Amino acid sequence: MKRISVAGIELGIDIRGNGPPMLYLHPEHYAHLHEPFINKLAEHWRVFVPRHPGFDGRQPPSQFRNVGDLSYLYLDLLDQIDLVEVTLLGASFGGWIGLEMAVRNTTRLKSLELIAPLGVKLGGREKFDFADLSALPDDEVASALFSETFVDLGKFNETQLLGIAQDRQFLAYYAWKPHLHNPSLAYWLHRINVPIRLIWGENDGYVKSDYGECLAERMRDVEFCTIPGAGHYPQIEKLDETISTLLVAAGG
Amino acid sequence: MKAWHFSEMAYHPAWEELGDSLRNLVPSSVYDPKVGADLYHRYLDEWALCDELGINIMVNEHHTTATCATSVCTIPMAILARETRKVRLLCLGMPIANRMDAVRVAEEYAMLDVISRGRLEMGFVKGAPFEVWPANSNPATLMERFWEAHDLILKALTTHDGPFNWEGEHFHYRQVNVWPRPYQSPHPPVWMTVMSPGSAAEAGSRGYSIASLNTGYLRTQEIFEGYRKAAADAGREAPKERFGYLAIVGVGDTNEEGKRRADQILDYSRTTPRAASQFWFPPGYTSNEITAQMLYNRGPNMIPLRNGGEFKMQFGTVDEFIDAGVAFAGNPDTVFEQIKEFHQHVGGLGQLLMMGQGGHISHHDTVSNLQLFSKEVLPRLADL
Repeated sequence: MKRISVAGIELGIDIRGNGPPMLYLHPEHYAHLHEPFINKLAEHWRVFVPRHPGFDGRQPPSQFRNVGDLSYLYLDLLDQIDLVEVTLLGASFGGWIGLEMAVRNTTRLKSLELIAPLGVKLGGREKFDFADLSALPDDEVASALFSETFVDLGKFNETQLLGIAQDRQFLAYYAWKPHLHNPSLAYWLHRINVPIRLIWGENDGYVKSDYGECLAERMRDVEFCTIPGAGHYPQIEKLDETISTLLVAAGG
Repeated sequence: MKAWHFSEMAYHPAWEELGDSLRNLVPSSVYDPKVGADLYHRYLDEWALCDELGINIMVNEHHTTATCATSVCTIPMAILARETRKVRLLCLGMPIANRMDAVRVAEEYAMLDVISRGRLEMGFVKGAPFEVWPANSNPATLMERFWEAHDLILKALTTHDGPFNWEGEHFHYRQVNVWPRPYQSPHPPVWMTVMSPGSAAEAGSRGYSIASLNTGYLRTQEIFEGYRKAAADAGREAPKERFGYLAIVGVGDTNEEGKRRADQILDYSRTTPRAASQFWFPPGYTSNEITAQMLYNRGPNMIPLRNGGEFKMQFGTVDEFIDAGVAFAGNPDTVFEQIKEFHQHVGGLGQLLMMGQGGHISHHDTVSNLQLFSKEVLPRLADL
């Protein structure tokens, strides 16, 4: 992993493959289970995969606290390495960062590809758009996140378990309250002026696919795709189908 | 040594029905307000009795649980500030990182101190892990919020030419100007709960009183040592009055009676672990190294014995809890000797926070427990 200084932050970034540029923003959990997905992406794109500050075990600066800060960091990153015509791919928490970037500035973007993004509050005040996994027992968390895959934490090594603990800590750091969303983000979705594709696992129990359809209704130039047999992380559970979906250019 | 009587004002009638989940996921439909009212009055009567017995008073708070029906610590304390005349009143405590209005905390404490004519002692506590959900308090930033609240509350209590403004990371006020000012000057004494040498050191460097909660014969000594070292490094005294320890206390005319009373109170300890496992490790609340271990290997809460063994907190016998230094129980002589031994072992204990009521012990037994302790044990503790 390369280290690059962006806006005063030492950012760890993986750069793999050749082809048109893609910025991939990772989700909140199971970094090591995403390795096969990133390798597949690298067969088709030159893929830039930063590790979000904090998730890498390094404490972010005290004034760096919300997903808006992450979005400015990655907009600065695109400026700094001067990427254009970028396919911006974000999954879950990373999808939320992607949305925050795109409502701010799409100049360097070709398209926005989002796998079950968090971040946009659509339901009423007594409805969870995003399940409160923090309050669920382990077996219910597993069935919310995965359709068919059994993730056995007992088989994870120490580094991987520490990674999960860090991921949980920094998901809370950025997004404990309001719960996994920015209350004003829904208001600004119209600003996204590049083609958007929403990809959803049909059996997602964390962010339901019917929420995804409602989100699509709030966007222009959007395509909504579901992947059967997958939960919240189709990129883990249905890798080939997810890659095939991404290979069809967004916006036709 | 001074003594304090503590009760969680438990709603024990629901424990059996609720099974293994006494916290967070507990429908209030199992709470009968008529029974609850009787219990509140009973517990308040027991605290009020302490004023005659020379035992100081300690209250705490927990949320969304049948183990502790004190959801706002300053409410029983407000009643007792008026009903009592002599003893000191300790709120231990106020979970200041979970209270989104820190100035309100300063106001509540200031009022209590004035009404009680300067008998208040202020506890600032981190709060148990399962408390972050009822408060919706971000566990990943909990300790930075704790220290900011600490700074703001003390400034609010000690500023008498207000208003001042506060634009911190977690708290924002244009005009802070707390009325009344506290009775004690510069402010009521500060206490903190500690569970490790590290947290004791934080309090030691500031010269606060500490309460080590049920940390037992084997762990308390190093926690106190952590305090003493940090106090010395900061050039502060560490008199034994700064050192508090919370234990279950059961006194009877005979050893059997004292142990029976402690056994009933110990249902407090046995019910403490009864919470669904996902609520024990909120993200960022403990170190990631500990969370990582617990992700796949959450064992039961264990308490160490002096012989190197250990027992499950949920199922411990009264003799095991006594051996562990979590309970002092027996006739007055036995209880005094146990406390004296603990005091010597930890290098000096100045404040015994005694759980004289808890679990299923009856009002009659609680009163007898407190009276016997006051008459037969407390006078001897004064010399320690």
